[in-house]
Amino acid sequence: MKYHGVTLHRKLENNIGLLIFGILFVSAIGGLVQVLPSVFQDSLRLATENSHLYTAVELTGRDVYIKEGCHVCHSQQVRPLLAEVERYGPYSRADEFVYDRPFMWGSKRTGPDLHRVGGKYSDAWHRVHLINPRDVVNNSIMPAYPWLAEWEAADLGDIQRKMRVLQTLGHPYTEEDIAAAPEQLEGLTQLDALVVYLQVLGTGLAEDSQ
Amino acid sequence: MTEMTQQNSREVYHDGVVKRLVQFSILWAVLAMTVGVWLSAELIWPGLDLGQYWLSFGRLRPLHTNGIIFGFGVSALMATAFYSVQRTSNVPLFAPRLAWITCYGWQVVVLFGGLSLLAGWTSTKEYAELEWPFDIAITILWVCFAIVFFGTIANRRIKPIYVSNWFYGGLIIVIAMLHIVNNLALPVSMNKSYSLYAGAQDAIVQWWYGHNAVGFLLTGGFLGMVYYFLPKQANQPIWSYRLSVISFWAFTYTYIWAGPHHLHYNSIPEWVQSLGMVMSLILLAPSWATMINGIMTVSKAWRKLTVDPAMKFIVLALAFYGLATFEGPMMAIRSVNIVSHFTDWTIGHVHSGALGWNAMITYGTFYFMVPRMMGKPLYSVKLANIHFWLALAGTMLYILAMWGAGVSQGLLWLSIDEIGELNYSFTDIMASMVPYYGLRLVAGLIFLSGTVLMAYNLLRTMYGLHTVTVSPPEVIDEIKGTKHNPDAVMGVEVPA
Repeated sequence: MKYHGVTLHRKLENNIGLLIFGILFVSAIGGLVQVLPSVFQDSLRLATENSHLYTAVELTGRDVYIKEGCHVCHSQQVRPLLAEVERYGPYSRADEFVYDRPFMWGSKRTGPDLHRVGGKYSDAWHRVHLINPRDVVNNSIMPAYPWLAEWEAADLGDIQRKMRVLQTLGHPYTEEDIAAAPEQLEGLTQLDALVVYLQVLGTGLAEDSQ
Repeated sequence: MTEMTQQNSREVYHDGVVKRLVQFSILWAVLAMTVGVWLSAELIWPGLDLGQYWLSFGRLRPLHTNGIIFGFGVSALMATAFYSVQRTSNVPLFAPRLAWITCYGWQVVVLFGGLSLLAGWTSTKEYAELEWPFDIAITILWVCFAIVFFGTIANRRIKPIYVSNWFYGGLIIVIAMLHIVNNLALPVSMNKSYSLYAGAQDAIVQWWYGHNAVGFLLTGGFLGMVYYFLPKQANQPIWSYRLSVISFWAFTYTYIWAGPHHLHYNSIPEWVQSLGMVMSLILLAPSWATMINGIMTVSKAWRKLTVDPAMKFIVLALAFYGLATFEGPMMAIRSVNIVSHFTDWTIGHVHSGALGWNAMITYGTFYFMVPRMMGKPLYSVKLANIHFWLALAGTMLYILAMWGAGVSQGLLWLSIDEIGELNYSFTDIMASMVPYYGLRLVAGLIFLSGTVLMAYNLLRTMYGLHTVTVSPPEVIDEIKGTKHNPDAVMGVEVPA
């Protein structure tokens, strides 16, 4: 063979073991150089004064948000662009998300961004809106979620187990937090929990970060 | 040797499993596209969820994407991989029983995985929504797929491993790596787990996965189809061997880096975004190298385009592949991404790939394989030609509608007046989308109707028949130095 590269490639394409290794090696480089360092980068990982640890009720509300697929149409990521800060509020910081498992940034805004929605509307508005969005936003295309008002928050899995798993992953829940959790969920519907979560969204940003 | 034993132990290609995978692939295509059309209608008439939680948009949309990628797409990839690896290796499938287990196991995962999404079991990560029990099942089945595929190659009688198999191999290896790393999580219960990564890190890992699921499954895997079925159907060798070598390795190396373009201006380090953007732009070169290689291969057989539906689909797929792999790098430029991110432009881009490229190339390979496996002509060439025009019209209309919607969303969201006040409310912009969404619904219906025609056409072709018996042709075994005869009894090989 005239070309050195082609000779090398003859070896690869004549040996399935070498070919498998070659593909694995070549495709792994990008991840090792670009993704792996971020997994160890402290500024993306460690809590600061901007980080908010979800309470049992907020965590349950977040799991309702996940179960109903709210992230499919709503992002939680305000980009540092003038129009976006104007529309939604202060742009999102990485340290605000260190307790978000999984992240909820989304990829599509069929509805508006929700990262700074906390405190913008009253609890009553959210309830009406979630049960039938068109009662408060005339031409909304958001689905209605009447069933959330009937389903109990406590039915959404064992809250103590959830908190223990998160504790294992480094969320600083105390034993008292975990012991008190079931009682906090008592009598709440999934709608109640979801509203509590929505109202805390994006409110953790410390004054001097704004 | 009696004639009886010769008959029983004669080597034949295992095409039954290919046929079954094609049937499942068609079934999922029709179902998942129907769900897509329903979803597009829900965006116009939100009451279409009929007050049922399992018909709600947030649960139904992942069913659409997963049904298309893992039901329609992966079944088609397994079918074409099994079909072509036997013929390029000159040997029947390794471990055919395992191939059948992979086939049915995969369908069970798609079925129950789909139902679990409707039940609200989701890890939320795009194209990796299925919860941990399904992730484990997928891993096991993927290993089975790998054993059958690489085992067949290891048994091959032709020394060089043909280029289509590099791409299928890349699909199997890289998707395994991405799937395992991205889905690492601690389970809480059967239907709930928490990701091992949090926040910004979770986002970076997820889009490393998400972008490369597009890269190695929806692009690389389907390029495997191109490299086998295009030269076969055109009856021409691949135009440039060297170009295929360069584009394969450049593609495999570069694609992995491009994920962070899904996170431009998000809360991740800027160097990660910039690197993602630069690598996305570089990616244009290997992507188009493959397209050029394909188009040049077919350039000596243009006449076939006028009469052969399979050829039409394959060539049109290459054109849309070129369009989507040009549009992608453009959208990965940060200043363009300011406009396109979070809008329907992304949805349009995905569909120029999914409809124009993935679905069309798959349809082309199905129109190629089914008549050959059944040993009879296609039930109706006319229907296939009608399907072609419906697919083209549906795809074009879909892309145009979503360009209109996406670009106007992006620009209107960013629009501010002289003193920095927003010009338009979010609700008004959303409400102005109705005409575009209406067009998209029509486009989806047109594309779906074409797919239903194909389902009818191919099922009529297959109806009541077994696959014909095909044996590996007589060749000199370049590895063992022996000569194989289609009628040779296994284990008793004729010395060369």
